[in-house]
Amino acid sequence: MSYEIVGITVLWIFLFGYIIVASIDFGSGFFSFYSVVLGHENKVHNIIQRYLSPVWEVTNVFLVFFYIGLIGFFPDVAYYYGTALLVPGSLVIVLVAVRGVYYAFNTYGSSKENNKVYMALYGATGILIPAALSTILAISEGGIISVREGKVVISWTDFFTNPYTWSVILLALVSVLYISAMFLSFYAKKSGDEEAFEILRRYALAWSGPTIAASLLAFFEINRQNPEHFQGMLNHAWMFVASFLCFLIAMYLIWSKKHLGWSFILVMLQFAFAWFGYGSSHLPYVLYKQINIYENFTNDTMAIALITAFVLGLIVLVPSLILILRLFLFDAKYVRGSSAKKG
Amino acid sequence: MSSLDPVLLSRILTGLTLFVHIIFASLGVGIPVMIALAEWRGIRTNDPHYTLLARRWARGFVITVAVGVVTGTSIGLQLSLLWPTFMRVAGQAIALPLFLETFAFFIEAIFLGIYLYTWDRFKNKHTHLLLLIPVALGSSASAMFITTVNSFMNAPQGFTLSEGILTDINPIAAMLNTAAPTKVSHVLVSSYTLCAGVLGGLAAYSILRGQKHVYFKKALKLTVVSTFVFAVATAVIGDFSGKYLAKYQPEKLAAGEWHFETQPYATLVYGGVLDENNEVRYGLKIPYALSILAGNAPNTEVIGLNEFPEDERPPLSIHYYFDTMVTLGALLVVIPLLYMLRKWLPGKKAYPKWLLIGIMALGPLSFTAIEVGWMYAEIGRQPWIMRGYMKVAEAATTADYVGWMLVLFIILYLVVCFSCVKVLSKLFRNKDAMEEMRALGMEGGEP
Repeated sequence: MSYEIVGITVLWIFLFGYIIVASIDFGSGFFSFYSVVLGHENKVHNIIQRYLSPVWEVTNVFLVFFYIGLIGFFPDVAYYYGTALLVPGSLVIVLVAVRGVYYAFNTYGSSKENNKVYMALYGATGILIPAALSTILAISEGGIISVREGKVVISWTDFFTNPYTWSVILLALVSVLYISAMFLSFYAKKSGDEEAFEILRRYALAWSGPTIAASLLAFFEINRQNPEHFQGMLNHAWMFVASFLCFLIAMYLIWSKKHLGWSFILVMLQFAFAWFGYGSSHLPYVLYKQINIYENFTNDTMAIALITAFVLGLIVLVPSLILILRLFLFDAKYVRGSSAKKG
Repeated sequence: MSSLDPVLLSRILTGLTLFVHIIFASLGVGIPVMIALAEWRGIRTNDPHYTLLARRWARGFVITVAVGVVTGTSIGLQLSLLWPTFMRVAGQAIALPLFLETFAFFIEAIFLGIYLYTWDRFKNKHTHLLLLIPVALGSSASAMFITTVNSFMNAPQGFTLSEGILTDINPIAAMLNTAAPTKVSHVLVSSYTLCAGVLGGLAAYSILRGQKHVYFKKALKLTVVSTFVFAVATAVIGDFSGKYLAKYQPEKLAAGEWHFETQPYATLVYGGVLDENNEVRYGLKIPYALSILAGNAPNTEVIGLNEFPEDERPPLSIHYYFDTMVTLGALLVVIPLLYMLRKWLPGKKAYPKWLLIGIMALGPLSFTAIEVGWMYAEIGRQPWIMRGYMKVAEAATTADYVGWMLVLFIILYLVVCFSCVKVLSKLFRNKDAMEEMRALGMEGGEP
């Protein structure tokens, strides 16, 4: 494999990791707020809190990691996207910032009562951030960023009047709620909290239909937006079929309340197939017709250094991630809440 | 708006983000070290007071970490949003340390999460303490990597530039540039000083408010002695940094010292003002001191600012940043020293009020020292973004609305910092240390 492919694959995997952990986080924030507003907070909120508090910081790092890696492997990305996305990028930073700090303030700072304002900020940003981030996928299809008189410009009219933009936003929103409801159902079941499990299972089932509908919509809008990319996706059609099969099995398992661990793994596979199918058919462009992984790649020495650093980094990272998962996700005692105290 | 406006606005916005981030980043680097120190003492001496101290610090630490994470994410993304041309070119040479930094950050984030939730989970006390090692290493390593990026901007190397394109890139050489050793060590040690000083100030505040329990005295001793050690180390490394500047980046030193003519036996100027002929007035002049600072001998020749074309000179106002930094650095050594010598001081009280007030000031003093130190380092590099290669004006974004983004971020940082202070003070007020000792069954009941 060439360095270019290794580089983009690494980044794509990390972005996938981000999508999964962040969806759980974003959706949880929303459900958590929703349950506090409805008044049955004790049922769902505690479960969510017990999972999120030790890992919220890690979620953020996935995004930073992807982003820094992208600049490292493809420095031109900084130039095109960086110039074009000043305003939306800054807004995303503000949303991420508000979300991060108020989560921490609510969890570690305040006494037992949940601060409704903090919770509302957390819930609302959990919906706005995926919407904002997903628009970058729409921009990457081309036609929005252009270079005029040596200056990078972005056409917001083209962007907002584009049905593809909205279909991607819709897809991001529903899949966030779907992924997190599926995960939290699994987590609630594991903790033996039947009441929370029932509520979360209802959420998961409710959001499954819209997820598939939104996926289909986005799929066909790509054809209108970027026929070349759509053709590429048809060439990888088996991946999307596999994705759909995973979805069906996951749905069956949660419907019959069995093997919820497998059910969530299948959800991950469902998104993995769709994500890598989408990604590989997008190649070789990072931004259609402007940033190409072969032409806009960093120099070879840096590529080798980055890949080496990545491998060495993984040697430290993977055991650490396994450790945190074992302590907080697969430790029955912790999940049940008998030792959920913070220092 | 003129085409130059985005440049100035980008500089202000980047400066603002860094101004806020540096405070929380420095806390993030130093506090794990202090927590580890306290927890280690608690285990070694079997003294629950130190363990409680570590716990209470850790509780507040998470709050500051949250703000550090979000401001750090801001500056990370702003690098590309505000300086796209710089990132496009320099990304070829400095992506490695940026990449490594996120790994270090990853490790820190993972182990901090584990540390906070496992206080009572392991039978062996040392296991919990060991979890802090990756936290402290992670935060120090990320500070180290990111500082090498900054030192690269001051001392670009590890590439050849031909017709606007970087070739022969050596990422390791770019990372281990000549400025890196002094910068990294100065940043790390000054962060440790800051944290020891801030925590010392908190202990002094409690004693000043009438707390007499031995817990607070132990906290004071641990933190103030640490401040002394770290502050002395910071000063020594600061001296190395001065020698580095004299050799490799003389225009920064010369602008900072208002030193115009290249000459040996150079005089150091402290304070003062410059008149229109660049003559120093009212300043305190110390003969030979600049030459000694630059090369340990009075006959060291110090390069003056006149050797540089006018459009490559840093602003002369950085003189004041340098003086402030050095003055505060000296106070950070003197105040802890007075504390350590308190038995020999005149007066009868073990902890005289003025001394406690002085210790309380250690936090704000070190904050200010770090901020002006950064401003000296950064503004002293003007007009370059990559010294000798790329000017700041060529690197900034060409996008509109930078001004509005500046307004947006001013509001964000004001709100975040304000609530951070509010949450922190509430946290410590709601759960008083005495109460907590009583609840834990320590002998905290007596006055």
